[in-house]
Amino acid sequence: MSEITPDVVAHLANLARIALTPQEIEKLTGELGAIVDSVAKVSEVATPDVVATSHPIRLVNVFRDDVPGETLTTAQALAGAPEHDGSRFQVSAILGEEQ
Amino acid sequence: MTSIFASAADQAAALASGAVSSVELTQQHLDRIEAVDGDVRAFLHISADALTTAAAIDARRAAGESLPELAGVPVAIKDILCTTDMPTTAGSRILEGWTPPYDATVVARLRSAGLVPLGKTNMDEFAMGSSTEHSAYGPTHNPWDLERIPGGSGGGSAAAVAAYEAPLALGSDTGGSIRQPGAVTGTVGVKPTYGGVSRYGAIALASSLDQVGPVTRTVLDAGLLHDVIGGYDKRDSTSLKDEWPSFAAAARQGAQAESLKGLRVGVVKELDGPGFQAGVSQRFHETLALLEKNGAEIVEVSAPNFEYAVAAYYVILPAEASSNLAKFDSVRFGLRSKVTGTVEDVMSATREAGFGDEVKRRVILGTYALSAGYYDAYYGSAQKVRTLIQQDFAGAFAQADVLVSPSAPTTAFKLGEKLNDPLAMYLNDVTTIPANLAGIPGMSLPMGLAPEDGLPTGFQVMAPAHEDVRLYRFGATLERLLEEQWGHTLISQAPDLSTSEMLTAAEGAL
Repeated sequence: MSEITPDVVAHLANLARIALTPQEIEKLTGELGAIVDSVAKVSEVATPDVVATSHPIRLVNVFRDDVPGETLTTAQALAGAPEHDGSRFQVSAILGEEQ
Repeated sequence: MTSIFASAADQAAALASGAVSSVELTQQHLDRIEAVDGDVRAFLHISADALTTAAAIDARRAAGESLPELAGVPVAIKDILCTTDMPTTAGSRILEGWTPPYDATVVARLRSAGLVPLGKTNMDEFAMGSSTEHSAYGPTHNPWDLERIPGGSGGGSAAAVAAYEAPLALGSDTGGSIRQPGAVTGTVGVKPTYGGVSRYGAIALASSLDQVGPVTRTVLDAGLLHDVIGGYDKRDSTSLKDEWPSFAAAARQGAQAESLKGLRVGVVKELDGPGFQAGVSQRFHETLALLEKNGAEIVEVSAPNFEYAVAAYYVILPAEASSNLAKFDSVRFGLRSKVTGTVEDVMSATREAGFGDEVKRRVILGTYALSAGYYDAYYGSAQKVRTLIQQDFAGAFAQADVLVSPSAPTTAFKLGEKLNDPLAMYLNDVTTIPANLAGIPGMSLPMGLAPEDGLPTGFQVMAPAHEDVRLYRFGATLERLLEEQWGHTLISQAPDLSTSEMLTAAEGAL
């Protein structure tokens, strides 16, 4: 069986920045446990001699010359922001009081 | 008089001959949406510009301009694709009302080819699902039976095409989101070779698996749309530089082919087993017999590692999704919670309020799979399974020119039936996931109605990477053979929605 406990789910939710409710944590603990047990079978055939594949088609990184291209204007980039001051995105405090 | 019931190719021919104008054709589709979409709910947004766009195409044609083949034909666009003139939500509350500042490359290509965007289609939130029930805006209903799922995640695009609300639509396929909805709605859907169609402006789910492709009623229509959207895009770093042949030409050639003589059709043993609905298996084997009768050589191939494909997929997808969805942070676009606190408090509250259950489930699962101490056991192992599946495909394609299977293990299930059982929902993708893991192209086309429930079943064709052209040539031949046998197209057997709507209204009145 997997090691998915409510504490593990709460920790993962914190890492993923999702403020789950206690009810959601409880429900997800059961669901994730079942899913993790089911997907764990990948390790059965993943022996050391098998090479890992990250992309389906062999690709090389793409480089281009460092010249300005077609980019969004500041107004376009800010158009969908919940809050901005006309030139920058606005957010609440970056640091909490204890920091 | 061409109607909305004609194929996109026939609608295009009628436009070219002047038998109908784009404004007329677009208005007919808008009327159809008005009449049936209250029941089907395929669309999240209807374009306010469709008739203006259509009029501009008519004016260019009237001025004697030579236009691309599909100019003036309406098209529906899955809501995962960015559009500057319509909101783009990917089926999520977190993007409610967001209008992107740029077009996806595929959308820009539709526009420059003169197609007329009708609206944005419903989908499972961020394409996570197989039924559209995970859309934050409510499910889409299958036009064949309004109480059943239209498949997912692209159920909106498939249902729009099946209900004649649009002749063409775009979808995206990460683990079957084009092909499985195609199967359960009696339509055609193609997942191109990974990198064959640009992903720029397609909101990313799992970047190593996602691919945009056509959703249509005929193989030729899929080829026509694929020709418009495909090809290299410098804005997508995984875009392939292949010179692609015309897929429409391949479909036209396939439709004329006298026989399938000499073609080796590989039946994947692991995708033809117990657990499939009896009527799906029956139609699949009847189709194999039809192929054999027309000269194809049926060979059985084995892909032993496909058994691990679903497990690998549900490690790789959540891992990549948990990373891709980090951008929904309440800062640059979309929803922002009203809570007070640090930026991280606001972020966490926003993601709690803006993401649905399935998105939360997969983001947390992906975070787990990528966390220190578990990475090798899950993500590392899943990537090795990916290699094994690619090796299975390489072995299979050494013995066969195309591989085939049912597109989905069952016909459309009832809305709500699998909603509370995530694992059962995941297993629905068993037939389609291997192609995504290997990056190869796949097509689903109708293979008949299951005798036990009268609902559509789909036949999946897969080809080696870069060989999408084989899908179109073979698919068009098979489509013709099946339709000759039936004496009609499969989609023509779908119930008359305008009647069902009247029935619903009458029942409501009682």
